[in-house]
Amino acid sequence: MRFGESPHQPKGVCVRTEHLERVVIRFAGDSGDGMQLLGTRFTAETALAGNDLNTLPNYPAEIRAPLGSIGGVSSFQIHLANRDITTPGDKLDLLVAMNPAALKANIADLARGGILIADTDEFTTRNLTKAGYETDPLADGSPDDFQVIGVNMTALTVAAVEPFGLGRKDAQRSKNMFGLGLATWLYSRPPESTEAFLSQKFAKNESVMGANLAAFHAGYDYGEATEVFAVRYAIDPAPMQPGTYRQINGNRATAFGLMVGAHLAGVPLFLGSYPITPATDILHELSKRKGYGVTTFQAEDEIAGVGSAIGASYGGALGVTTTSGPGLSLKSEAIGLAVMLELPLVVVDVQRAGPSTGMPTKTEQGDLLQAIYGRHGESPAVVLAPVTPADCFDMAVEAARIALTYRTPVILLTDSYLSNGAEPWKVPDITTLPTIDPNFTTEVPESGYLPYARDPETLARYMAIPGTPGLEHRVGGLEKTLASQISTDPAVHEEMVRVRADKVARVADTIPDLVVHDPTGEATILLLGWGSTYGPVDAAYQRLSREGVNVATAMLRYVNPMPANLGEVLARFDTVVVPEVNLGQLATLIRARYLKDVVSFTHTGGQPISSIELKEFVQDYLKTKEASK
Amino acid sequence: MSGLDLVPQATTPTTRKDYVPANEVRWCPGCGDYSILATFQSVLPELGIPRENIVVVSGIGCSSRFPYYVDTYGVHSIHGRAPAIASGLAISRPDLSVFVVSGDGDALSIGGNHLIHALRRNMNLTILLLNNQIYGLTKGQYSPTSPLGSISKSSPFGSPDYPFDPVTLALGCDATFVARALDTDRAGLSSAILAGARHEGASLIEVYQNCMIFNDGAFAASKGPDANVLPLVDGEPLVWGEFGLVRNEYGQLVSARVAEVGIDAIVKHDPHRVDATQAFALSRLKDSVGASAPVPMGIFRDVERPSYEHVLRDQAASAHMDGDPTGHLQALLVGPDPWIVK
Repeated sequence: MRFGESPHQPKGVCVRTEHLERVVIRFAGDSGDGMQLLGTRFTAETALAGNDLNTLPNYPAEIRAPLGSIGGVSSFQIHLANRDITTPGDKLDLLVAMNPAALKANIADLARGGILIADTDEFTTRNLTKAGYETDPLADGSPDDFQVIGVNMTALTVAAVEPFGLGRKDAQRSKNMFGLGLATWLYSRPPESTEAFLSQKFAKNESVMGANLAAFHAGYDYGEATEVFAVRYAIDPAPMQPGTYRQINGNRATAFGLMVGAHLAGVPLFLGSYPITPATDILHELSKRKGYGVTTFQAEDEIAGVGSAIGASYGGALGVTTTSGPGLSLKSEAIGLAVMLELPLVVVDVQRAGPSTGMPTKTEQGDLLQAIYGRHGESPAVVLAPVTPADCFDMAVEAARIALTYRTPVILLTDSYLSNGAEPWKVPDITTLPTIDPNFTTEVPESGYLPYARDPETLARYMAIPGTPGLEHRVGGLEKTLASQISTDPAVHEEMVRVRADKVARVADTIPDLVVHDPTGEATILLLGWGSTYGPVDAAYQRLSREGVNVATAMLRYVNPMPANLGEVLARFDTVVVPEVNLGQLATLIRARYLKDVVSFTHTGGQPISSIELKEFVQDYLKTKEASK
Repeated sequence: MSGLDLVPQATTPTTRKDYVPANEVRWCPGCGDYSILATFQSVLPELGIPRENIVVVSGIGCSSRFPYYVDTYGVHSIHGRAPAIASGLAISRPDLSVFVVSGDGDALSIGGNHLIHALRRNMNLTILLLNNQIYGLTKGQYSPTSPLGSISKSSPFGSPDYPFDPVTLALGCDATFVARALDTDRAGLSSAILAGARHEGASLIEVYQNCMIFNDGAFAASKGPDANVLPLVDGEPLVWGEFGLVRNEYGQLVSARVAEVGIDAIVKHDPHRVDATQAFALSRLKDSVGASAPVPMGIFRDVERPSYEHVLRDQAASAHMDGDPTGHLQALLVGPDPWIVK
């Protein structure tokens, strides 16, 4: 059945179409309601419509939390616009609540005058009680500030899918597609890609395919045929550089970046990993890629994950391990071994709210100091921090380049927000990317082979891999001479400690300078973020600019070593505000390394920083500073 | 099926001397490790593979200094993790013969998790577990194989820990090759190492190793003319001295005088049996025979099962895509739902 052949033909009600610059939408329901699929599909439609977009999925840690409970609410937020945007948005223009718990958990984020669509069939006494409502908020007028649109979604869905002979439970399961259909209509999205998607996804089960398509069409037609909505909306395409685009989330971008990094170096990619939220999707993605020469090893624990990666790197592969905070702690000793052996190693830490198990599905930037310093001894490692989901690709390629070139562990710090968030990505032509030279030693040098002799420029050691005749040697965790002979000579240790540190410091020679965004060139305040705070920093900058506050912004993507021009940049500004999703770890580092008394703005609620809060913080700070003069 | 199927053959034969590096060996004088090292170096040429395709990986402990003393490629890693590191290497480099040299503390205490998983996965590794029933490098604490009640620096009142038997443990992991040998028994140790290295999958060889300094004589009963040892010989009756093993009414292996029951009544050794029951019973003779039980020496189990790497290679072969890898990768990046901005 093609779209337009639906049994529920549009009746042709005339609605006005209003063009918006940007809109923020959140779909919320029970964790079994299929909100993530709904959101992902709406995102795909939006990408095809040519809008810029940014998404934020939010789901409970429990796989099946009690039905209808606040703890079991799963949601998906999308920000779409006709221009470049960098955050999933703060206040919502539309909230779709599939039950009372979803309403309760999300209503505070709905902007005044925003639209609330609720599935009235789920607002039963039982469900209201579970959500902690004494009376029905839809009936008693409490969401008065909003345009409340009650739709008996469950009943309409069940009726629409009736011809397909599903049981009531299965029929109800399609109501996310009803919601998707309605949103697709309301925001004038092209429906064809979802139709194609459903037809392909359920190709093997015709009745499920039919039911999902029918529910999707029923939702679309509901908007078209009823007079509930006086206005529908359209968001024009955002101007973008020419090229081929797709939407991508941070975890997939990381996986692709690792694959491309290994490809550019002509070495196999090996991933040793132990399942941990929210990093596991990288393991899932790479496990599918055997046909591309990728090897994945689901290890018995975090330590074996990194251990196997070190073994693979010793054999000449790009050894990678993926994890989240608790796993990084477990891997610390082995990362120290890789520092000592001087082997390439990429460690991806998809940060989550800690310490300990913390909030495994929520975001945080709490592992920065652990990544830089969290090992025994003087154990320097390179630390990179991508700033957007798509940037995870570029920084994963960078991680591969630096690890292979310098024979060093590189820790790639992403986070839950980046890993699950999606945005459009301009797909690079990989034939145009610079190649990486692993530069393995294959011939016996005239003066004999010294495993810890170094390239004078990069200080990378000359590395020979097993199978190379004549270069047999041993490496180990004990301190050693250039010839890899065990040594307890104080002078040898002194020299080796310093040369390992110097090598990592020299990575700064091949990384780009910190780029400062200061259009007027006259700002005296700098917002200096790192990693995923890019979105909120940029959005706060936009808000401040609109209110006449002249600020500059800069994002650290290389946090160890830091860009060579950072000291000079810091000196240029009277005030440097460092926003972080932790208690001020980067601020501590900058103060210690540059003696610059930066202003720390921190937040640890498990969610990204709110650009509104950041804006207000900057304004309050400036007011206080002014007053104290 | 051999664990060396994908390892190239040596173009020129190697000799023991090729495996002796210039650096000085620094174990205590009289340490059992010396004889194990000498046997290991003399066995390697018999594998017929190039020196550069051999890698020895170790953890931490006296025995873990081993790689420094074998002139091949080698990694002296961190405590307990050698099987994990060796697994990553063996998976990504099927052209290498990878050995793990470990001790009772390294393999069974801090690294117990990695050992059991390497064994159950049937990783193509040859694991030498040098068991001296003591922590030597940290100067004499009881280990996971020290007998109950052992007096040591950390157990002045006797060790309260019930010990592991490494062979029992390995069989419990469904290891496909399990053997035991004695540091001073060059012939027995040589044949165990050779068979283990040629075996496809994980081979665990427990080597009784005497620590002169902290646990001297721990294996005295297994040595010398009066050694109470049961040699495990494929197809031969399980006999030692005047005794042999017979099955009792419960199916247990118990001792009987051969002269009384006749040699035909004695149970024969068959390490190739997939059912590991008899191998397991041999590892528990103290339970069925009692305190006078001999120590079985030789190959307990040697069965065929594809290695982890073998299964992985088959998967990779079936997933392989013909044509230009760069083109395939580019198509993957673009994905099924791209859009073009002009």
